[in-house]
Formats: sequence, C-alpha cells, structure tokens
Amino acid sequence: MSVDQKVKEIVVEQLGISADEVKSDSKFVEDLGADSLDLTELIMAMEEEFDIEIDDEKAQEILTVQAAIDYVNANQ
Amino acid sequence: MSKLTKTALITGGSRGIGRACAVRLAKSGYQVYVTYVSSPEPALETCKMVEQSGGKASAFALDIGDYQAIVDFFKEKIKDQVFLDVLVNNAGQTKDGLLVRMSQEQWQQIINVNLNGSFFCLQQAAKIMMRQKTGRIINISSVTAQSGNPGQANYTAAKAGLIGLTKTAAQELAPRNITVNAVAPGFIETDMTASLNDEVKEKYQSMIPLKRFGSAEDIAETVAFLASPEASYITGQVLSINGGMYM
Repeated sequence: MSVDQKVKEIVVEQLGISADEVKSDSKFVEDLGADSLDLTELIMAMEEEFDIEIDDEKAQEILTVQAAIDYVNANQ
Repeated sequence: MSKLTKTALITGGSRGIGRACAVRLAKSGYQVYVTYVSSPEPALETCKMVEQSGGKASAFALDIGDYQAIVDFFKEKIKDQVFLDVLVNNAGQTKDGLLVRMSQEQWQQIINVNLNGSFFCLQQAAKIMMRQKTGRIINISSVTAQSGNPGQANYTAAKAGLIGLTKTAAQELAPRNITVNAVAPGFIETDMTASLNDEVKEKYQSMIPLKRFGSAEDIAETVAFLASPEASYITGQVLSINGGMYM
C-alpha cells in the first residue's frame, strides 16, 4: 500500500470518518472535525505506522492530509 | 480490541495497598497485573491470593524508576495484549530525613520513583486508553501531600505532584472517556508505617477523629469504586481516606 493510501487509512480510522470524506487537500480541523487530541493521536499513529519521529513543532505544521503524506515521504 | 482480556495494572503489587488493590480489583472481574521491583516472591504471593479467590493474576518485574523499562513493559506486555481498563499508580518508596539533611540522591530518587515513574506509566497507559476510548487511572497519593509531614520533603513533594498531575491528566483525557483520580490514604497499617515507633503511632492516632488506623483494604475499596461504572462521572478528584485526619 502506498504512503498516500496508508495515511488516508490512518485518518479514516483515527477520526472515525468514511474514506470518501478524506481528500488530499482536506484540513484536519476545519474539514474533518479533528480536535487537538485527534491531531495528537494522528501524529502518534503515523509515527508508529511509518516508524518515524515527528517532533511537536513539525507536527503543528501538519494541517492537511497532503502535508502528512509529504512529511512521511520526506522523512521515511 | 474487545476480544482482549479486561485488565487492571497495579504498580507495586508486592504488599500493602498494592496487594489489597490487586485482590479487590480481581473480585470486580479484572485480570490483574502487578509489578514488583526486587524479589518476585511477595508479588507471586499476591497472585496466589488473587487466584485463591477465583481471579487471574500475573506478576512482572518493573523498575518504576527506569523510563526505558516502563516503555518496554507497556510495549511488550500491555499494548495489543490486554484491554487496559485500569491503571493504579501505586508503586512508591520513602527515604525520610529532615530537609536540611536531605541528600541530593535522597531527594531525586524519591521524586523519580514516586512522581516521574507514575507519570511515565500514566503516559504509556493514556496512549493505549485513548485508542480504547475508555479507561480509569487512579494515582495513589497521600494525606501528607495535603498536610505536609516533617521528614518527608521528598515524599510529600512527589505525592503533591501526583495531585497536580491527576487534575491535568483528567482534563486532557476526558474527551476520550478516561477518568483520572487520586486517592490520598491517611495513616494505613502497612510495611511502610510498621517501622514507626509506638510514640509516633500514638501521636498520629490522637490526630485521627476515628481513633484508629486505616487498612489497605479501606484504600482498595475506594480504588475499586473509582474503577467501577458507578464512578464514571468522577474525574480529577482527590479522595481522602484518612479517618478524618485531614479535612
């Protein structure tokens, strides 16, 4: 499974939303209804899935699904 | 997730309050995990007591003062292995001395075990409970955190720290249906208090309106209550079980 698909799958699972709601340009908070705990959990889930570390400062810049995908691609 | 066994993890389960909590929570239907730091025998005795009353228990070596050991323990034994319903942060230590005579090591060790260790266990448990969308965390504090106690600057600071931690964790984790409470035992008859001389014990007894010391079971009942469905609307609280010693 590609990084793109995997990130979207994590988003779907963590936020409890359906797959067709998750677009690349979806904003976690505004479009997908995530709160701060959701964001933390998303980051934690991505760290685990891709075996990377995302520090808090970087995490705050990951605001969209595409930003998450880009971060994983750049740091894996 | 729901196929995993409902489990209560109690740090420091070799004696006293930890042992009583293990026995009591097993009666509530949880599989019980206890940890010990030095010799396994007393913790295995706790497991035996649980099994004798029809429960299920296991003991694990875990130095609560060792961050990496805590991380590894949760990774290997808890995550995806059990359904972690309850964490009781009970493991604790004392190393008393008047503050002007207290060594750096004496201060740091007690803060490390009682406060740092509890935080790291809470942190690991919270990550798991957030995914479960349910969980109960109970921190064992102390009446001395509320009242102060000469000779225990390190211990009282650590136990008071647990109260602040309890309230912050309660607020942060509430959206995931995780409650976090503290229990503040008063003078409880355990190994920790057995070493005090009779004069000190009498002095304490005179300060307790109910005129007797508490038992580890008194604390275990409160812990079991906080873990129960009946306590689902209680979070961020400090429950004092002290015979009225401090109000």
